[in-house]
Amino acid sequence: MNGSQQTPVLEARQLVKHYGHVVALDECDFELYAGEILAVIGDNGAGKSTLIKALSGAVSPTSGEIRMNGQVVHFRSPLDARRAGIETVYQNLALSPALNIVENLFLGRELLRPGFFGTVLRMVDKAKMLEEATHYMEDLKFRIQSMKQPVETLSGGQRQGVAVARSAAFAHNVIIMDEPTAALGVKESGMVLDLIRKVRDRGLPVILISHNMPHVFELADRIHIQRLGKRSAIIKPSEYSMSDAVAIMTGAVAVK
Amino acid sequence: MTTGTAALPKRSFRSRFGFLLAPPFGPLIFLALICILFTVLPLLRGQEQRFLSPQNFALIVQQTAVIGVLAIGQTLIILTGGIDLSNGLIMALTSVIMAGLSVKGFSLTSSGTPIDPIFAIGIGLTVASLAGFINGSLVTRLKLPPFIVTLGTLNIAFALTRIYSTSTINGLPEPMIALGSVIEVAGARVPLYALVMLVLFFIVWFILRETRFGRHIYAVGDNSESAALVGIPVNRILLLVYTCAGFLYGIAALLLISRQENGDPQAGQTSNLESITAVVLGGTSLFGGRGNVVGTLIGALIVAVIRNGLTQQGANPIIQTLITGVLVITAVAVDKFSQRAK
Repeated sequence: MNGSQQTPVLEARQLVKHYGHVVALDECDFELYAGEILAVIGDNGAGKSTLIKALSGAVSPTSGEIRMNGQVVHFRSPLDARRAGIETVYQNLALSPALNIVENLFLGRELLRPGFFGTVLRMVDKAKMLEEATHYMEDLKFRIQSMKQPVETLSGGQRQGVAVARSAAFAHNVIIMDEPTAALGVKESGMVLDLIRKVRDRGLPVILISHNMPHVFELADRIHIQRLGKRSAIIKPSEYSMSDAVAIMTGAVAVK
Repeated sequence: MTTGTAALPKRSFRSRFGFLLAPPFGPLIFLALICILFTVLPLLRGQEQRFLSPQNFALIVQQTAVIGVLAIGQTLIILTGGIDLSNGLIMALTSVIMAGLSVKGFSLTSSGTPIDPIFAIGIGLTVASLAGFINGSLVTRLKLPPFIVTLGTLNIAFALTRIYSTSTINGLPEPMIALGSVIEVAGARVPLYALVMLVLFFIVWFILRETRFGRHIYAVGDNSESAALVGIPVNRILLLVYTCAGFLYGIAALLLISRQENGDPQAGQTSNLESITAVVLGGTSLFGGRGNVVGTLIGALIVAVIRNGLTQQGANPIIQTLITGVLVITAVAVDKFSQRAK
């Protein structure tokens, strides 16, 4: 299909994952190309989340290989995947509510002050982090009252926005979003979808896992449909309808 | 659609002025109010005003020293979402070990060759840090709840203290009690150990506020799952926090020795609850991730001021315990409701 000439940014070949006797992934293939939003959809138990966990390093596959820009990679932990430039936005666990926006953006990657204060006293550089965070959020046109307000004072959409912005700031290869619009209102969802588009337009490919068909069809360049541990189809939203996608997902229609 | 602007919440009265209730402002205002109360009360009753004097404040700080240092360690642990019941007994164990070593060395009988007091202090601090390390290891490796772990080590430390000595250890060499010497600050005579407490509060305040380690303590206590997901070594942070807390209990033991001029196996039996009281009154959340040591200092001072003021008023000392109980429940309730509001 699309872009088969170029090397995928992230690719899985014949991925298998067993949990005891349960086969979660059954020789599953996957490709993500530069500059696209690829949606992954599938019914519960189709292996969608196992696939994503394998790609983000949270589970290691029983067999098969994962390639990044053509090179075979082995992720032993989510940290490995992060070091390789894959950032994941998790559904609920992403942020520390009592910490402010700047602290959350730099959580675990705090900038240290230069010289003695940073190297010996391990002091964080609050001014610089505030400046960079402000610039970055302005870049994404994500406007907020104060960068120093605790995340818990933000609305659900703004929180998700902070989570997306954080991942986008540090991902240099791939960004994976797990249900980014779940539990959000219409307006808030629109805001997050906008943000995801901006991230894509900055050149980062996005993997979007969602149950929300309208959002998937609004946003995705291609849709990977997962069924019974395999990829059963890749479709373009322009060529198929939502009911087609659901039919493929549930096995009512087979697509080559 | 423009991002973010539409959903900005209106600034309510609560969000504008809520910080006055929020720690450490709330506890600070409360502390100021009770100070005013104890200043005015004697005047109303036609008594001599003794509360508002440098020497009385020095006395209050001095009475806060030991429990204050224990409460610093307690604050660190509570910030990670844990709790430490063992702190007072770790302090008692450390104090008899330090005192014993400096009086009779490694001998377990009643007499022996003393070792250099500096070594005795060093060994004591090592023992205390090790006790904290053991607490931390049990919490991180075996994933046991901190409450249970420290309930266990409380009993172990208590037993070890009694096995080592059942009576106070007296006749300490001069360096062991050097921190008890008094200097003059702003017209008040203050023992050095009270200043040690203030310095420790400052250091820990600085670490929590300005360093990466400090920020990670908050992140772990606030939401340990999300901290792990962004790559913060949660277990290492916890282990470090419990070990630092243990070290602080060792310092508290040294302050206790300087203050009492002996090693005391009876000490610290209610310190766990008193330190938790100081932390809670200071506005640090028992749910972890919120609060700071400035609040804890204020919390410890609140307890000391109430005790001091009531004593000057000639009130039954047990009234102080009663008031403390009411305040603890109030403080936790305020914390819980302020969190629910969010």
